Amino acid sequence: MTQQDSIAARRAEPWREELRKSKKAKERTDLVRVEMNELDADYRNKNNEEVNLGLTKEQAMLEAQRCLDCVNPTCMTGCPVSINIPTFIKYIEVGDISSAAKILKETSALPAVCGRVCPQEKQCESQCIYTAKMKKEAVAIGYLERFAADYERESGNIFVPEIEEKNGIKIAVVGSGPAGLSFAGDMAKRGFDVTVFEALHEIGGVLKYGIPEFRLPNQIVDVEIDSLRKMGVTFITNCIVGKTISYEDLHTDGFKGIFVASGAGLPNFMNIPGENLVGVMSSNEYLTRVNLMDAANPESDTPVLIGKKVAVIGGGNTAMDSVRTAKRLGAERAMIVYRRSEEEMPARLEEVKHAKEEGVEFLTLHNPIEYLGDERGRVQEMKLQKMELGEPDASGRRSPIPIPGAIDTIEVDEVIVSVGVSPNPLIPQAFSGLEVTRKGTIVVSEDNMRSALADVYAGGDIVRGGATVILAMGDGRKAAAAMAESLLSK
Amino acid sequence: MNKIVSKEHFSANVVKLVVEAPLIARSRKAGHFVIVKVGEKGERIPLTIAGSDIQKGTIDLVIQGVGGSSKKICALNEGDYITDLVGPLGQATHVEKVGTVVCAGGGVGVAPLLPIVEAFHNAGNRVIVVLAARTKELVILEDQMKKYSDEVIVMTDDGSYGNKGLVTNGVESVINREKVDLCVTIGPAIMMKFVAALTKKYDVPTLASLNTIMVDGTGMCGACRITVGGQTKFVCVDGPEFDAHQVDFDEMLMRLGAYKELEQK
Repeated sequence: MTQQDSIAARRAEPWREELRKSKKAKERTDLVRVEMNELDADYRNKNNEEVNLGLTKEQAMLEAQRCLDCVNPTCMTGCPVSINIPTFIKYIEVGDISSAAKILKETSALPAVCGRVCPQEKQCESQCIYTAKMKKEAVAIGYLERFAADYERESGNIFVPEIEEKNGIKIAVVGSGPAGLSFAGDMAKRGFDVTVFEALHEIGGVLKYGIPEFRLPNQIVDVEIDSLRKMGVTFITNCIVGKTISYEDLHTDGFKGIFVASGAGLPNFMNIPGENLVGVMSSNEYLTRVNLMDAANPESDTPVLIGKKVAVIGGGNTAMDSVRTAKRLGAERAMIVYRRSEEEMPARLEEVKHAKEEGVEFLTLHNPIEYLGDERGRVQEMKLQKMELGEPDASGRRSPIPIPGAIDTIEVDEVIVSVGVSPNPLIPQAFSGLEVTRKGTIVVSEDNMRSALADVYAGGDIVRGGATVILAMGDGRKAAAAMAESLLSK
Repeated sequence: MNKIVSKEHFSANVVKLVVEAPLIARSRKAGHFVIVKVGEKGERIPLTIAGSDIQKGTIDLVIQGVGGSSKKICALNEGDYITDLVGPLGQATHVEKVGTVVCAGGGVGVAPLLPIVEAFHNAGNRVIVVLAARTKELVILEDQMKKYSDEVIVMTDDGSYGNKGLVTNGVESVINREKVDLCVTIGPAIMMKFVAALTKKYDVPTLASLNTIMVDGTGMCGACRITVGGQTKFVCVDGPEFDAHQVDFDEMLMRLGAYKELEQK
């Protein structure tokens, strides 16, 4: 059955038909989009509690009524893993939350994660008929996804997807971030014997070391990883493919397919004077210390410098995560320094709004050109070049141009550099025969994610450079489908 | 995995642990290091691999108890487990036949020097080792070094054993008496800085194995970054060995002090 047929068949089930008829479309479209419950800004900026509180069951069931259960659900085309959105939402509308959660797990290994961190406004919700045709606010698909996954988890009755009969074929996954986890889940469902190798001591990649607790609690990630364990996925931590074990070792150990999802972990620096002063660090270092190593907790052995005047350089989600973390660790001034204007910021609108509510200052159209330190080499000041916007560049964004002579000097005692990441070179160095771009990403064929090596597939940031969690998961899904077909047809 | 098979005290606060790690034992080369973490709330710290036994599947770690985390590791006993151990990390030492090699180690840096001495010896070089310590009791691995070198010169600050003086005095005495083709140095940053200054004066190519602050050890954070020849390098993936004459040791010393105050609290 094709995806279209399966969507139509589910939509034609009697309970769905009845539900559609139970309410006029006008009644549905007149409902106002639900607002997410959240902690008060002045309370939450002093602790690590999750900011978004989720929907109540009543709110979720009401919001679910807004979904028109379209014949041709365009929302699904906006989802990189093609969740059957109308079906799960209609289950919520009738209050059958566990069925809704099951639908999510058909296509997504991490629904509680995606419901929280996906930029829905650019994906599913941007294709919702409300935004696409009616100039109204989209159905809150992300909130509903999160609600269903949370409800299932909190009920303690977690559904583990059915596994096809074991086929005895061993598959290796390099990296346990979103791409690797999504791939592992799909392959385990198809009966493969999956082992995930992780370099760090914890599973989850960026979900653990990068995204902070106040956006994505680790415990939620762990529950979803546990589901994968129940599906038979083996996780091996502290093992670096390419260092601890080689490509050849994987062959000797009988692995028939390898999915490389090693991410883009290498932080970029700007190479300006003073960038190696004490107190200047990458967002990866800062967030890893605080999130993965729990450095702000006095019981942790890992230290972290606590800044009073903290500047975060950059305008992406990682910059927002860093600056909000600095605020929570007690910064009196927590500043975003971004060389373009707010309109060009790549961060999600919600993150920018949250940061502002929490007291973060925004120095847009400013670009650091130098850091100055004291006699012990600790950062004291930053020199910022003021910018104005010129003509749009190749990417369509208006490029920032320095205003001659306009330089601000601002006191800082900590600077977090968050100007992007590059692909980790470890795997490209260790697997001879891989084709790699000038930027260091692995070249794969777009339809099946297969690399120049016949048994090696790759996905996520190692293929895309720095991208999103859900695109990584979509790659994992695509690679799993292609690898499974290739191996099972042999 | 990661079981401590044996423990030996080299001196009051320097211990050698032999740890079960068959995969690392198999793939490691001279110059490689590991990251270890002890306990759930432990810190990740780098330790150079001082040796290995592929048959037994073990690696040797020599640790000096200086800060909270290294003391915690030194306190482990035979039969205990290291919570997390990952490696081998970094680039292996580039070993080839160059002629006469002077290997200069100070303090606990002598331990990671051992596999490098062995490798240069096996590659057919004339190897002279200069070992430095504050005092007699702190001189370690002298006998093992003798096995893989043509000569071992011991220097102590107080003259209680071997020759009185610093590691640089030992290196200079060799340079003054014969042609040296390469110098390799491992030890405290300040020691490597002075060895580099000395060999630069005599134009002897020199490699230093840097021991910066690290977190992940796989290139993802840049905590270990250092300026080499005017460019920022990550010690964990580009190093740990660099041309000592290109390294900004003053910057390295400054960055090593980043957490001094927090550590003392």
